[in-house]
Amino acid sequence: MTQLALVIDLNVCVGCHACVTSCKEWNTSGVAGYLSDDRPYGEDPTGTFFNRVQTFEVGEYPHCETVHFPKSCLHCEDPPCVPVCPTGASYKRPEDGIVLVDYDKCIGCKYCSWACPYGVREIDTHQKVMKKCTLCIDRIYDEALPESERKPACVLACPTSARLFGDIHDPDADVSVAIREEGGYALMPEWGTKPANHYLPRRKTRIRIHEDELVRADNPLKKEHERPVGPVREQTLDDVTSW
Amino acid sequence: MTAYIPESQSETGVTEVKNTTCYMCACRCGIRVTLRDGEVRFIQGNPQHPLNKGVICAKGASGIMKQYSPARLTRPLLRKPGSERGDAEFEPISWDQAFNILEERLYRIRDTDPKQFALFTGRDQMQALTGMFAKQFGTPNYAAHGGFCSVNMAAGMIYTFGGSFWEFGGPDLERARLFIMIGTAEDHHSNPLKIAISQFKRDGGRFISINPVRTGYSAIADEWVPIKPGTDGALLLALINELIKQGLYDREFLIQYTNAAELVNLREGNEYGMFVRTEVPEEEGCFDPQNKLWWDRITNRAVLTHNKGADPRLMGEFELDADTPVKPAFQLLAERVKDYTPEWAAHVTGVPTETIRRIAHEMGVVARDQKIELPIPWTDVWDNEHETITGNPVAFHAMRGLAAHSNGFHSIRALSLLMTLLGTIDRPGGFRHKAPFPRPIPPCAKTGTGPESVRPNTPLGDLPLGWPAEPDDLFVDDDGEPVRIDKAFSWEYPLSVHGLMHNVITNAWRGDPYRIDTLMIFMANMAWNSTMNTERVREMLNDKNEDGEYKIPFIAVCDAFQSEMVAFADLVLPDTTYLERHDVMSMLDRPISEYDGPVDSVRIPVVPPTGECKPFQEVLIELGSRLKLPAFVSKDGSRKYRDYPDFIVNYETEPGSGIGFLAGWRGKGGEKFMRGEPNPNQWQMYEKNNCVYHYPLPKSYQYMRNWNKGYLEWAQRHRLIRFAEPINVHLYSEVLQQFRLAAQGKTEYRQPPERLRKRIATYFDPLPFYFDPLESQQTDKDKYPLKAITQRPMAMYHSWDSQNAWLRQIHAHNYLYMSPEVGTKGGFDDGDWVWVESMWGRVRCMCRFSEAVEPGTVWTWNAIGKASGAWNLEAAANESCKGFLLNHLISEELPPGTDGDHLSNSDPVTGQAAWYDVHVRVYKAEAGAQKTHPQFKTVHPLPGMKATPKSWLAFFAGRRR
Repeated sequence: MTQLALVIDLNVCVGCHACVTSCKEWNTSGVAGYLSDDRPYGEDPTGTFFNRVQTFEVGEYPHCETVHFPKSCLHCEDPPCVPVCPTGASYKRPEDGIVLVDYDKCIGCKYCSWACPYGVREIDTHQKVMKKCTLCIDRIYDEALPESERKPACVLACPTSARLFGDIHDPDADVSVAIREEGGYALMPEWGTKPANHYLPRRKTRIRIHEDELVRADNPLKKEHERPVGPVREQTLDDVTSW
Repeated sequence: MTAYIPESQSETGVTEVKNTTCYMCACRCGIRVTLRDGEVRFIQGNPQHPLNKGVICAKGASGIMKQYSPARLTRPLLRKPGSERGDAEFEPISWDQAFNILEERLYRIRDTDPKQFALFTGRDQMQALTGMFAKQFGTPNYAAHGGFCSVNMAAGMIYTFGGSFWEFGGPDLERARLFIMIGTAEDHHSNPLKIAISQFKRDGGRFISINPVRTGYSAIADEWVPIKPGTDGALLLALINELIKQGLYDREFLIQYTNAAELVNLREGNEYGMFVRTEVPEEEGCFDPQNKLWWDRITNRAVLTHNKGADPRLMGEFELDADTPVKPAFQLLAERVKDYTPEWAAHVTGVPTETIRRIAHEMGVVARDQKIELPIPWTDVWDNEHETITGNPVAFHAMRGLAAHSNGFHSIRALSLLMTLLGTIDRPGGFRHKAPFPRPIPPCAKTGTGPESVRPNTPLGDLPLGWPAEPDDLFVDDDGEPVRIDKAFSWEYPLSVHGLMHNVITNAWRGDPYRIDTLMIFMANMAWNSTMNTERVREMLNDKNEDGEYKIPFIAVCDAFQSEMVAFADLVLPDTTYLERHDVMSMLDRPISEYDGPVDSVRIPVVPPTGECKPFQEVLIELGSRLKLPAFVSKDGSRKYRDYPDFIVNYETEPGSGIGFLAGWRGKGGEKFMRGEPNPNQWQMYEKNNCVYHYPLPKSYQYMRNWNKGYLEWAQRHRLIRFAEPINVHLYSEVLQQFRLAAQGKTEYRQPPERLRKRIATYFDPLPFYFDPLESQQTDKDKYPLKAITQRPMAMYHSWDSQNAWLRQIHAHNYLYMSPEVGTKGGFDDGDWVWVESMWGRVRCMCRFSEAVEPGTVWTWNAIGKASGAWNLEAAANESCKGFLLNHLISEELPPGTDGDHLSNSDPVTGQAAWYDVHVRVYKAEAGAQKTHPQFKTVHPLPGMKATPKSWLAFFAGRRR
């Protein structure tokens, strides 16, 4: 059974927000749109975004990491947002594991957003329906698009290729290989939601310089010193003993 | 909706897809724009574009909200009679009226004193046209924004190895193993750098970031090295010290390709500190004649450089004859850095001694032991044949963090020397040039040299901007005083190769060096974030003489949006957006070349202009034609070019030169490149090819281009350069030494005014040195113990994006970030309102504590704060109520001192604006503070601007389903 998902590599995410706005621009005019914006030019503007980047610091100066953390619906394999929905609007597609909301059935009661431990659902107060990441369902199956572009908008946009997209149930898919080989992890596994989206951790590259690497026969400084020339004037063993 | 329709039928309406080039920042990615029913539906990266390879950033993906922003200007506007500048009281006029006003005014100025017209532009990627307009007009008073951006980077590197970061070169991260990034804003160079860094990390490269703040790229560095602002030069000199001490430098590279082994004359007199020359060259030109000497260790005597079989000394002291002591330049460098020990630098920079030493060792050992060898044969200019291209895989990138200090030029010279010592110039894994670089050191272009260069009704004989090689190249009068309004190329800032836009308004207001009549500003927010001392500059823009006439009599502003500067205009010209116009990223300017060869590109309109918007390019061509500037009219005085696209196709730098703005598809049928007759179908050919022309050089021409015979001859054949001569690295800068000799009164060159002799003699040091930034030298550091800097957010480009409904949700207002220690000392908490104060003024804002900042530094995001009502934001918008500008704390001039009363707050060599030299203190604000300070009178929407949707917006492109 297919489970489509994103794998997000925190080792290369620079927090540029390309995924955030490319998602917004694709989806506001797509099948899940519109994505409204309140007070777009006024005080405290706020709008519907399926994907947001949170930034936080870990550790204390100077041993401090700045982490950029993009977050959208994790398309849980056991999504708590589905059983709580009183109208069946919130559902998980059996064929690809994508969690969706049927706007025609949604009554905007927000039970699903209360149930979601990840805070990734977005109520649209104007259309009065719950909205969320669809993994760009109107791109990924669109045969009018070149195959290389049948991906979520955020994946196409990401300048650091920090977002992989694929079937995590296919052991040969890039996403599965990355999870397996690069320490991919799911968020809050203790909730038992089995998020399909995974994250790859930071990795550090270090160089160890051995002391003896600084001293070499071909050290160019040697070219700048005079070679000893002629006999030594001071006393040597030649002068003091005959063995 | 009942179910998703997973087919293309989901896209109703008529869709079209068009390619053009992004302009949400200066990076210039290829974009593919999908329109639905004529409305922009989706902007994605063009997968076939060499620069961004299909990716896009947050700004690029938000272009829709720029295109349809209510802050757009749509009609030419004239300030209402009786209203004050800054009040933004305008009435709409027709373009014909606007052109008549300009034509009448500019004709009179050109007919009498052309320098009374000053043209300054915020963008420098169209300066081939704007600079040409100024030259044709005959005014020297022209520059783009480089002087207040990063000219130190350009000048420091180009005066050292003939190339520079960003448009003209960069780090080869595909091959590098160690990458050191210092003081880099996230927009130079945006997507290509993100692509490269992530690939580099995936390939197992090690990434060290040196920066007072850990944001953006630094976040994913393997190691963050926090440093005190303005002390980078000290760190770099200490790294050089350690590399020399350990012998971790590339001796062969230094000898063959730099002036390190050349002998410097140390005999007192007018040749002191100059290289010893064997003979005067037959032909003079802008290249280094190969007439210098080495000291050969085999024969123990002086020989001509590059003498076959010679093995020169880099160190030592020799005598050419009894009166002529000489030393190799490298020896002088070793002496220079002797006291710049890691221990000393640790004290200055805050970086621990062990860290400095370890980083030096990492650089030196990786460069030496992980040598790259590519099986590419090439021949150098001395006819030595090489079987391989080799490289030392240590790459650097740096930008404004190094540049925007008054000691930035010397810091960047130090960085350039470090890169040279490691043997990484135009080699795999190190720094790589991008065409049309490398250039000779310095490049050939020169300005006029005196007031006689400016004559009524006559184009300038030279260029408005250039590259002085010696004091005689300065643009000064007989007293050594400036000819230009910004005092560029004067003794105050001799190598100000990008001008000093940041001093234009103050100088013109004061009438020093003279008054001007008309100031035309294109796309530069000089009444807000692009100026220092913002509050006072706004007053100067509105200041009048006793007779009631404005001190700057006429101001024309061209912009696409209602920036703060627009309110101060007498005449407003509404520009188009990037989606509405033709544009060229030209080889005559700053093209988008790749390491492997020249690339240029174009913009082609994807939607029609909004309202009466007209591209600034068209404005210049119309004005040029009306004023009958020679390049824009035929011999009979009739208009030569129909419009900008026609101009781009048919303009040649001189009749028959075959050189024009676009390098691709030249020749009648598009069969030529770089040089060839105009091709009437050139635009169509760009359009068919993703709007980009890319010529990959043969592999053997892609490296070592300063000394690569094949490349240099190719470049000469294609008219990129005049001389196919080697461009040896100026480890030791004779150019600087000549200015110093003049200041010491030792030469017959032009002499500086007395008040500036000491300044020139001090700062024109042929070797890099460290000094406390000029403003710091004049600051009471006990009173102002902190340094304040700005960072560039990735999702906002300068002030451009606050009118963007999506991007402003990411950065609606800014905070002042600081170490929690600062709060503890000042008795305030995270999130509190605080005052941040410099010796120039104070700003009230909100603070945020952060562990990711060097404790002596406070910082904020650049240009998020806005003036009330500007950019068509509501008066209650966060940008003006909670956002703030640090610019109020920064002066455009230094405190009066012995060198002068009105010196620019800039690098004394280049005139680079010293944004990051300011010292501040931070203290708790009074209880009840709810708004940032200062506040400005709210400006109202201008005629022709769309009303803002008050409550909510639901963008859906095209016809609703």
